[in-house]
Order: sequence, then structure tokens, then C-alpha cells
Amino acid sequence: MIPTRARRSLLTAALLSVGLVLTACGSRVDDAGGGAAAESCVDTSGDSVKIGFLNSRSGTMAISENTVFDSLQMAADQINATGGVLGKQLTVVAEDGASEPTVFAEKATKLIQSDCVAAVFGGWTSSSRKAMLPVFESNDALLFYPVQYEGLESSKNIFYTGATTNQQIVPALDYLKEQGVTSLFLVGSDYVFPQTANKIIKAYAAANGIEIKGEEYAPLGHTDFSTIVAKVRDAGAGAVFNTLNGDSNVAFFKEYKNLGLTPATMPVLSVSIAEEEVGGIGVDNIVGQPVAWNYYQTIDSPENKKFVEEFKTTYGATKVTSDPMEAAYTSLYLWKGMVEKANSFAVPDIQAAAGGVTFDAPEGKVTVNGDNHHIAKTALIGKIGPDGLIYTDWSSGAPIEPDPYLKTYPWAGSLSG
Amino acid sequence: MTSIFRSRYAVGIGFLVAAVLLFAVAPAVLTTFRLGLLGKYLCYAMVAVGIGLAWGRGGMLTLGQGVFFGIGAYLMAMHLKLADAGPGAVPDFMALISSEGVPWWWEPFRSGTVTIIAILVLPTLLAVLLGQATFRRKVRGAYFAILSQALAAAFAILLIGNPVATGGSTGLNNFKGFFGFSLRDPANRQMLYFIAAAALLVMVLVARQLMVSRFGELLVACRDGEERVRFLGYDPATVKTVAFAVAAMMAGVGGALFVPIVGIISPNDVGVVPSIGLLIGVAIGGRTTLAGPVLGAIAVAWAETSLSEQFPSGWTYVQGLMFMLVVAFLPGGLASLVKWRRTAKADPPPPPAAEKDLTPEPAGGAQA
Repeated sequence: MIPTRARRSLLTAALLSVGLVLTACGSRVDDAGGGAAAESCVDTSGDSVKIGFLNSRSGTMAISENTVFDSLQMAADQINATGGVLGKQLTVVAEDGASEPTVFAEKATKLIQSDCVAAVFGGWTSSSRKAMLPVFESNDALLFYPVQYEGLESSKNIFYTGATTNQQIVPALDYLKEQGVTSLFLVGSDYVFPQTANKIIKAYAAANGIEIKGEEYAPLGHTDFSTIVAKVRDAGAGAVFNTLNGDSNVAFFKEYKNLGLTPATMPVLSVSIAEEEVGGIGVDNIVGQPVAWNYYQTIDSPENKKFVEEFKTTYGATKVTSDPMEAAYTSLYLWKGMVEKANSFAVPDIQAAAGGVTFDAPEGKVTVNGDNHHIAKTALIGKIGPDGLIYTDWSSGAPIEPDPYLKTYPWAGSLSG
Repeated sequence: MTSIFRSRYAVGIGFLVAAVLLFAVAPAVLTTFRLGLLGKYLCYAMVAVGIGLAWGRGGMLTLGQGVFFGIGAYLMAMHLKLADAGPGAVPDFMALISSEGVPWWWEPFRSGTVTIIAILVLPTLLAVLLGQATFRRKVRGAYFAILSQALAAAFAILLIGNPVATGGSTGLNNFKGFFGFSLRDPANRQMLYFIAAAALLVMVLVARQLMVSRFGELLVACRDGEERVRFLGYDPATVKTVAFAVAAMMAGVGGALFVPIVGIISPNDVGVVPSIGLLIGVAIGGRTTLAGPVLGAIAVAWAETSLSEQFPSGWTYVQGLMFMLVVAFLPGGLASLVKWRRTAKADPPPPPAAEKDLTPEPAGGAQA
């Protein structure tokens, strides 16, 4: 009884959409230029310029990413207090990535297209970076990513201010080899960073005569490690290489101590545990274990003293500073350096000027590599002290040039494909 | 016949207004970015139309529509990744963590035609199998809800656990083209929005057709008195399975269009939380009505975007509060505020059906 009208509307809709499809076809994938990116809408005419902070302020990553947000905010306040960038005050637009890759992609688009920010700072997990990468490339915008990651990536629209593998994982393996370790057990969370990192570790091990006694993955958030730790104990490796992330570390180290394993008998070298995480794991469970980063709160330099002091004054005396926070803080100053060198806020000018920009960061002097957009950093292996802070045990001495595809390492030939 | 949702003219006019808003007004007033967001909301609305049919009309509280949404989305994403890589080549993310090449079950989706057929058929087929397995055994109410939710959780875990084949927790993204058209071109992005809008309108029409047909009356009857329907000689399991399958197909298409519009699909978009999020929109809008689920889903998704821009971590609380308020004080959703509907004399279906509309839980589950 109803349908006549409905049918008519259906027909209208169908015709309408077919008509639209026929009339409004855009460019094809293989067209030259393939649909040029939208024109930048960054407004630099006034006495202020907008920048975007995109961190997870909610969800599972909030606990870590809030600290990065805090140190970015501190850097922006410092820059504004000392005259801004090219005489312009920074206006921060902050967005929440909600610990979800899809939200990161959406909010990045919003910051670029709606808020017209000159650059975006943030991201933590590799998932969030991989979700944002196509957004920044297709809009030809800039992202400053402050966390160590698994390498094998280099985008002209991203500046990586955390370590790539040859500045963290490879030096960590060199360190273990120097300590006389001949066999390794790999434990990691089940996602892209540990998987790629372990692929690299296995290639290194094969070339350096190190035996891999086992490789175990736990889902992110997994907290029952009795089976995995028992396997680790029974395998009897010289050391454990730990790429677990988040809560899992708490359970892992408790279980590790429970079964009577100690840093002296079988050290666990971790690459995702910084000052911030030590408190959560419990100092008792992890004291004496080695970690690999490029910055510790205990670094003895005037720049770091100032950084730590200001952070504690701003956010509270009990707060600690960690590698990703320092890398985020540094990233804002590096962007400032690039803009001032280019004398322009435009993306192509910044990309052209980026190479060779330096900053006396809390971790030491860092230099931007203009080719792969990573920065030269000094690798530091630290040991966790009884006070929960991390003390440098081994240093690469000089900054290591970033090599995200490990091209200068003969054993890594098969990795970059 | 004075009810706004039942009157032919009102539906026709409402439909026309919606078409004008979607096809003429929205593209004119919204920026490319906001139009893309609206396109995303429309994909959620497609799922919502199906939920309205299955839950509002059929009493099947499905907490796992994310599974069907996800199957549609991942099928589309697989095809787009393979098409970007080119004939015989391995997609970028796979090459990064594995050297084994493309899994065999990816291969068929190099073909666009196979992909589109699979997007329409696979979610539907899964729903039919599930429906037959559960409704035949008279699994309903809370038990069905828990089952569907567990399925959504399992699906997300499966995706995360197979990073080589599904991108793991990162999901699949970085799509360059859509059936040969560049996704970077704003004209093509607008076209995707139009396709989503047209698909949604078609689904609303299908849902209306089903609602007012004899099948629709039978479905409501199954919701309100399954045993009586059985005694009258009908098979409630078949009726419910059909509604569930239609809902699944709509969710699958919504997922498939979500991928090129949003540019990414990850397990976070298909698990338990988004499945319940979709349901909340339907409940707030008014699950038993035609327009309620659509408007509710769009409104909730829009509120999420704008509120999370203002108050980062506040959204979750707002969402929970809205859901509780609606369930406790407005079980019929916002649609029940429309006065005509309350005062209208119910047409063909007997009055008890209209009263049951207002009960918070699907009536089927309450019966012993």
C-alpha cells in the first residue's frame, strides 16, 4: 500500500547519485600530479602563529602521553616568554588522540585543514604515527614525532626526534655483546614495534654469533606472565631483550623476581621503560636492570638541570622527566630553529632549511639530518637505581647519525627490502 | 494514519528534505574536512538503520554489529591495499614485518568485483549462520546480547593477533586510490560522500519497506510475543534471521564505505566499545522508529567529535550519562518526544505493541 512514493524517491535518489557520479569524476590514481594537495591555509599575517599538539589525553596511552603534552606546553610557554618564533607568539591548539589510530588520523586532519596550524607535535605509539603519516603527506604538512620507534620509515613530512633503531636497539645489542652475552631471549608486546624490532635483533644476532633462545609475544595489556617467564627461565639465555609496552611490564617484572631471576644472573634490557614507568613497576622489582634510551633525568649538564628544575617547578616536585618528554621538548625548539633558519613558516622552506639545524638539548647537542628527517643522538645504556632514577652505565660517546633503514649495517641488508 | 512516521506524505517529504540536505546543503556549507566527517557519520548511520530493524523492531539486542561493520571494512581495505600495491605485489605494511608475501586468502580481493560481492555476501552469510544457530535454539534477550558482544571482542582480538595479515593494532591505512580514483583529490572525496549519502537513503527506504510490510508486522510480533507467533504457525527463527541478516548487510556496506572516507580501519573501530557506541545512538534517537536510529547515530557521532575537541576525556562520561538518562526516563528515545506519535491512534498493529515500544528491555527476553 505504501510504496509508490517510496519507489519514486528511491528512483530519484538513484538517478541523482548516478548523475553525480557521471558528472563529477575527479582525477585518477595514475594522473600526473594525482590531485594536488589542498593549499596550505596557515595564517602568518598576525602577531601569532598556531601550532597543534596531538596527544592521547584519554584512553590507555593517556598516562604516558600526558607527560609529553606537559613538556610540549612548557616548551611553548618558554618560547613565548622569550619573544616567540620570528617575533610571533605561539598559539597552541590541543587535540586528544584518545589512544586510537583512527582518532589520531581524524584529529590530525582537523588540525591541518580546519585549524590551519603551522606544525603538529605529538603521537606516541607506532600505530598512531602510521595512522597520521598519510594525512601529513597528502596535506603536505609537518609532524614532529617524539618517541623512539622501530625505524624502516622516513617521510619528508615527519621529523622523528626520538631514536631510530641504530641509536637505541643496535647500541643496546652492542652493549650486551660487550658484556659477553652470547644468547638472547626476546619478549615483546604483540604489535608493530616489537615485531619489527625483533626482526632487526634477529638479523644482528645471526651476524654476530648470538643465539636466539626464544621469542615470545603477549597481547598489549596482557598481565599473566607465569608461562612466558617460566619459558625464559628454562631457556637459560644470557640476557632478555624486552620490548613489552605498558602494564605488561609490571606483571612481567614481578613474575621475573618471583621466579628468582636477577639482573646478575640474567639481565633484562628494556627499551620502553623510562623514569615514568619505573614507579608503576615498583623499584624493588626492577632495580639494577639495564635500559636503553638517549636521555635520563640524571644527565649532568646545565641544559638538563634547567629543564628538570623548570619541569618540577611547573608540574610538581615529585614529577620525573623521561626520554620521550625530552624529545618532545626538543622537537619544538628544533622546529623553532628550522623556521628561523628558513625565515618562513612554509613547509617547503622548512624542509629545505632543516638539515644541520642544532639545539643544545637536555640530552646533549642534537643535529637534524636533512635527508631522512631524523636527528643525530647519543645512545645511553642506563641502569635503574634504588631511587627509581636511571644512571648512565655506557655511552656511545658521540652522537650517532640516524640510519632508519640500517643501510650502513651490512647484516641488515635483507631488512629494508 | 496521522503519525509522522507512518504517513505516506510525511515520509515522502521527510525523505526529500533529507536528500536536499545531504546532496545540496551539506556540500555547499561544509568544508572538505567537515564533509568527510559527515560522510563518516553517515557510515555509522547505515549500521544504525540495521540496528533499528534488528533491535527496535525485532527485539534482538545486538552488541556486536562491529563484527559485520569490520568485515565489510577490512574486505574493502584489503582490496584497496592490493590495488595500491599493483598486480602481484605485496602491500607495504606486510613487507615491513614479514617476507612471506600475500596470504592466500587475500588473493581473491585483488579483484574489485569479487570484493564488492564479498562485502555484500559475507556479513550477510555470517548473520544467517549465526541467526540459525541461535534463534533456532531460542537464544534471545540478554543471552543473545552477550553472545554478540563476545563475538565482537573475539573479532578484535583475532585482528590484533594476526599483524601480518590484518595490520594488527595499527589496522590498514594509507590508501592511495579507490577503484582507480585518487583519494587525494577533493572532488573524489566529495563523490565518496555522495555515494555514502545515497547508500544511506536507499537503506532507509529498504528499512521502511520492511517495517510496513507484513514481514515487518511479523517481526514486531516476534519481538512482543514470540511464542504466540509460533502458535500461529509462523517460524520466528526465520523472521528474526532475515532481519538480522539485513542489519548485517547494512553494517557491512557501512564499513566498506567507512574505509575510503576515513582512510583507516583498525581493531579499535570494530570491537566492543564502538559496537556499543553505535547502539547508544540508536537508543537515544529512538530504536523503534525509522528516522530515530539514523538521526541518533549522526547526532551522537557529531557530539563525540565536537565535545572531544572541547573536553578531551569528558566524552566517555557524557556518553554513559546520556545512555542512562535515555534508558531510564525516555525508553523510546528522543523520537518519543514527537507528540504526534504519542497521541496517534496506532494503525493496523494492535495497541499492546505501541505500549511495548516503551519498555527498556526487548520484551522477548523477559518471557520465561
